[in-house]
Amino acid sequence: MKREKQPKRLRQMIQRYINSSPRAKSMVLINMTMIIFCTLFLAMIIYLMVFVSTSGVTLYNNSYNNRQELQYRYVIRGNIYSSDGEVLAETRIDENGNEIRYYPYGSMFAHAVGYAVNGRMGIEDYANYYLMHTGASLSERVSNDLENVKDPGYNVGSTLSVELQKVADDYLGMYNGAVIVSEAKTGRILVLLSHPDFNPGTIKEDWESITTVPGNSQLLNRATQGLYPPGSTFKIITALEYYRENPDSWQDYSYTCNGSITHDDYRVSCIYGTVHGELDLESSFARSCNSSFVNIGLSLNRNSWENTMNSLYFNRPIPTDMVAGSSSVYVGAGSTDYDIMQTSIGQGRTVMTPLHLNMITQAIANNGVMMKPYIIDEIVDEHGNIIRDFQPQSIGRVMTEDEADYLKNMMMAVVEYGTGRALITDAYTCAGKTGTAEFAEDINESHAWFTAFAPADDPEICVTIIIEKAGTGMEYAVPLAKRIFDAYFGV
Amino acid sequence: MQIALKFYVIELSKYIIAFLMLMYTSLSVFCIVSRKKKPVSVCTSVQSGLLLILMFLCFLDLTFVSGKEEYLYLFAFITLFLFFMITIVTIIYEKSDRILLNNMCLLSGFGLCVVSRLSFDKAFRQYIITLLSFAICLVIPFAIDRLRFFRKLIWLYAAVGITALSIVLFAGRKINGANINFTIRGFTFQPSEIVKIIYLFFIAALLYKYNSFKWVFISAVITGLYVLILVMSRDLGSALIFFVTYVMIVIMSTHNYIYLASGLVGGVAACIVAYNLFDHVRTRVVAFLDPWHYIDDQGYQITQSLFAISSGGWFGAGIMQGRPSDIPFVNQDFIFSAVCEEYGLIVGVCILVISLCCFCRMMMLSYRIGDKFYQIIVYGIGVMYIFQVFLTVGGGIKFIPLTGVTLPFISYGGSSVMSTYIMFYIVQGIVIKSRNYEFRNEERKAAEALTANDTKVH
Repeated sequence: MKREKQPKRLRQMIQRYINSSPRAKSMVLINMTMIIFCTLFLAMIIYLMVFVSTSGVTLYNNSYNNRQELQYRYVIRGNIYSSDGEVLAETRIDENGNEIRYYPYGSMFAHAVGYAVNGRMGIEDYANYYLMHTGASLSERVSNDLENVKDPGYNVGSTLSVELQKVADDYLGMYNGAVIVSEAKTGRILVLLSHPDFNPGTIKEDWESITTVPGNSQLLNRATQGLYPPGSTFKIITALEYYRENPDSWQDYSYTCNGSITHDDYRVSCIYGTVHGELDLESSFARSCNSSFVNIGLSLNRNSWENTMNSLYFNRPIPTDMVAGSSSVYVGAGSTDYDIMQTSIGQGRTVMTPLHLNMITQAIANNGVMMKPYIIDEIVDEHGNIIRDFQPQSIGRVMTEDEADYLKNMMMAVVEYGTGRALITDAYTCAGKTGTAEFAEDINESHAWFTAFAPADDPEICVTIIIEKAGTGMEYAVPLAKRIFDAYFGV
Repeated sequence: MQIALKFYVIELSKYIIAFLMLMYTSLSVFCIVSRKKKPVSVCTSVQSGLLLILMFLCFLDLTFVSGKEEYLYLFAFITLFLFFMITIVTIIYEKSDRILLNNMCLLSGFGLCVVSRLSFDKAFRQYIITLLSFAICLVIPFAIDRLRFFRKLIWLYAAVGITALSIVLFAGRKINGANINFTIRGFTFQPSEIVKIIYLFFIAALLYKYNSFKWVFISAVITGLYVLILVMSRDLGSALIFFVTYVMIVIMSTHNYIYLASGLVGGVAACIVAYNLFDHVRTRVVAFLDPWHYIDDQGYQITQSLFAISSGGWFGAGIMQGRPSDIPFVNQDFIFSAVCEEYGLIVGVCILVISLCCFCRMMMLSYRIGDKFYQIIVYGIGVMYIFQVFLTVGGGIKFIPLTGVTLPFISYGGSSVMSTYIMFYIVQGIVIKSRNYEFRNEERKAAEALTANDTKVH
C-alpha cells in the first residue's frame, strides 16, 4: 500500500507544479537555486576544514614552502632523543650567540637522524614541523621575548636504540653497507645504519667534498634507498610462491644437485660449485642451493608469481613515511626463461632495498601481517608533555598464517643445519636466510646478506644486514646478526 | 615592553577578530532565516556596531604590528566611509535593504583591510575606486526609480557588450597569460567586469518579454559569442559565469527545465571541446589533478596557495605574521588564501557564509518583485555573484580547477570593486522601487477602504 502512495504523491506534486502560476514557478526555481548553491558551499567548507586539519605537517615540510624561514626567527630547534633517552641531536648556543646543531654521536646516526642545513634528511626532515614549532604558552613566549631568547621547539623521541646501533656501527666499520633492526610486532625501527657515513655536525663545511667527489655517495641512505640484488635472500619469495602453487604437494619436492643447472644453454651454478646432492624443499632452502631453486622457479606460473610480488610491494612505492626506494623485479607473462632463472635466485634485474627485505622478514615473524616501519615515537614539549604519540600501524596481511608459519620453519632450518649455523645458541632460537649477491666475477666481491628474526617461536626483533663486497652472507653477515641478537637479549 | 605588548596584540586579536566575525556571521544567518521583523531590525543595528568594532580592531592591529602610522589614516577613512555609507544610504533611501547593506559594508571594509596589509600603494588606489564607486552607486536607485527605458535597449546592450570584449581581445594587454585588461592613459580596465552587468540587462530585457524557443535560440547564439570571445581571451572564469547565469535566467524566464538539461549537456560538450582545443584549458586541468607533480610549473600557484591556507590553521598566523605574498597574484585570484593564512580558517569560512547570506538575501528579495524584468535582474545578479565566489574560492583551495576570477569586494582591482558595487546597488534600487510600489499600493488600498467606510457611515 505504502509503495503505491509514494509515486502518487509525487505525481500530484508535479501536477500541482504544472498547474501553478508563473509566479509560483519562479519561487520554486529561486528556492532550488538557493539549495544548490548552499549545498555546493557546504561541500566546499567541509573540504576546506578537512584540508586544513589534516595537511599542516606535510605541507609545512615541502621544500617549496618558504614559511619555514618564518619559524627560524622565533623558535630554537627542538632536540632528538633515542628510545633510551640519550640526546641524538640538540641545538647549542656558542659564546657569540650563534646556534649550532650538535650531534653527540657524530656520524653514528648520520642517516637515521640526518641533518638540517643545506637541505634536510632523516628525522630532522620527517619531524621538521614539530622541531620548529613551539608548545610554549603565550606568557612563556612573552617572557622569552623579553629575555631575548627564542621559544624552544618540540622535542622528538625516536625509536632508535643507541646500544644496538653502536654494535652494528662498530662491526660494519670500514665496510660499505646497511643494517636495519625492527621490532617484529610493531615495526618500530631500532637500528638504521648506512655506511659510508658523514658527520652531520660538520656537514656544511664538508659539503663540497661530499657532493663533488665522484663516486662518493655518503648522503645516500643505503638502508632505505640502496637498491641491491637480493641474491639468495630472495629465495624466501620463490619458496612462498612455490608453496602457494603447491599447497598440498610441496613436501614431495625433490631434486638432485650436481653443482649446476643448465637450461636453454644457460648455466647457473651453486656457490663455490658445491654439489648439494639429494634435496627436498626445506634442505634446498636451508643450504641455499641455486640449482634447485632455478629448477623450482622454472616450474612456477609467471602471472601468479607476478601477483605475489605485487602484493609484497615490489615495483611500487613501499608504504612508509620515510624516504625509501622502490624494489623492482621483472616477472610476468613476457619473461624469458633466462630471466626466470636469474630471478629465482635474486639475480639478474632484481633489486631490493634492505628496508623492504626487513619488512618482508617482519611480516613472516608477525604471522603474515606487515607493519608500517616508523622511526618517530613521540613528540614532547619542553615540559615533557606528550603532544603526539605515534602508534604502530598495520599495512595489512601480505600472507596467510600458514604461509608465514611455513616460511618460518624454512628459515629455522637455515639456522639449524644450513648456512646460518653460526647462530646456534642456547640463549635464543633464531630463523633467517643468508644471501650472497653476485655482481662481479670474483666471489669475494659479492654482497653479503642476512635477514633474520629471533626468538623464532615468539619473535621480538628482525635484523637485516647487507655488507658490500665482503663475500658470502654466511661468513660475513651472520656474525653481525649474532652480535646484535646477543646485545638485544643481553647474552 | 612594546615587544611584549605586540605579542599579546597579535595573539589575542586573532581570537577576538575570529570571535567577532563569528558573531557577526551568526547574526547574518539569523537575519536571513528569521521571519519576524522586529528582532531582525535590532540585529541589523547590532551588526552595524559590530562591523565598526571589527574594522577598528583590524586596523588598529595592522597599525600596531606594522608600526606604520599611515595605516591610521586609512583606518580613519574606512571608519568614516562605512559609517557614512550606512547612515547616508539609510537616510536617503529608507526602504533600502539593511541586511544586504551591512554585509556589503563588512565585505568591502574587510577587503580593504586585507588589501592594505598586502600593499599600501595598491590599497590607496583601491580606496579611491571604492569612494568613486560609492558616489556612482548613490545615484543608481534614483535612476532605477525614475527612468523607464532600461528594458528597451536590448540590442544596444548586446552591441556594446560584444564590442567592448572584442576590443580587449584584439587590443588588450597580456597579464597573467590572459588578455583581459585594456589600458587608456595609464588607467587599466577589465571590461569583462562591467560587461557582465550590461549582459545581464540584455538577457533580462530580451527574455522577460519573449520566451519562445526562437528567442531563446537567438539569445543562446549571442551568449555563445560572448563566451567564445572570453575563452579566446583566456578569461575562462568569466566565460563560465556568463554561461551559468544565462542557463539559470532562461529557466527563470521559461520555467522549462529541458533548457537546464540541454544547457548541462552543451556545457559539458563545450568543456570537452575547449579542453582539446585550447592549451590554457588543459594546463588548468593538469594543475588541478596533480599540482604536486608539476609544482615547479603549472602547479606552482595552486600549491603556494595551499601552503598558505594550511599554514594558517583555524585561527591564522596572526596579522603580518604569514607570507601570503609568496602566492603569485595573491591580490586578485588568491586573496581568499591570504585571508585564511593570516586570519585563519574560521574567518575564511565566515567570509564564505556572509557571501552566501548576500546571495540568499537577494534570492529572497527577488520573490517579492512583481516586475518580471527586474526580478530576472536581481536573480541574475545573485547567481552571478555567488558563482563567482564559488569559482575563485573553490579554485584557490583546489576544490575545482582554477579559473582566475576575483573575489568580489575583497580582491584588489578597480573594475571588480566597481562592478560589484554597481551590482549590489542595482539590487538595492530595484528593491526600493518595488517596496515603494507596494507601499503606495497599500496606501491606496487603505485610502479606498477609508472612503468606503465614510460612504457607509453617510
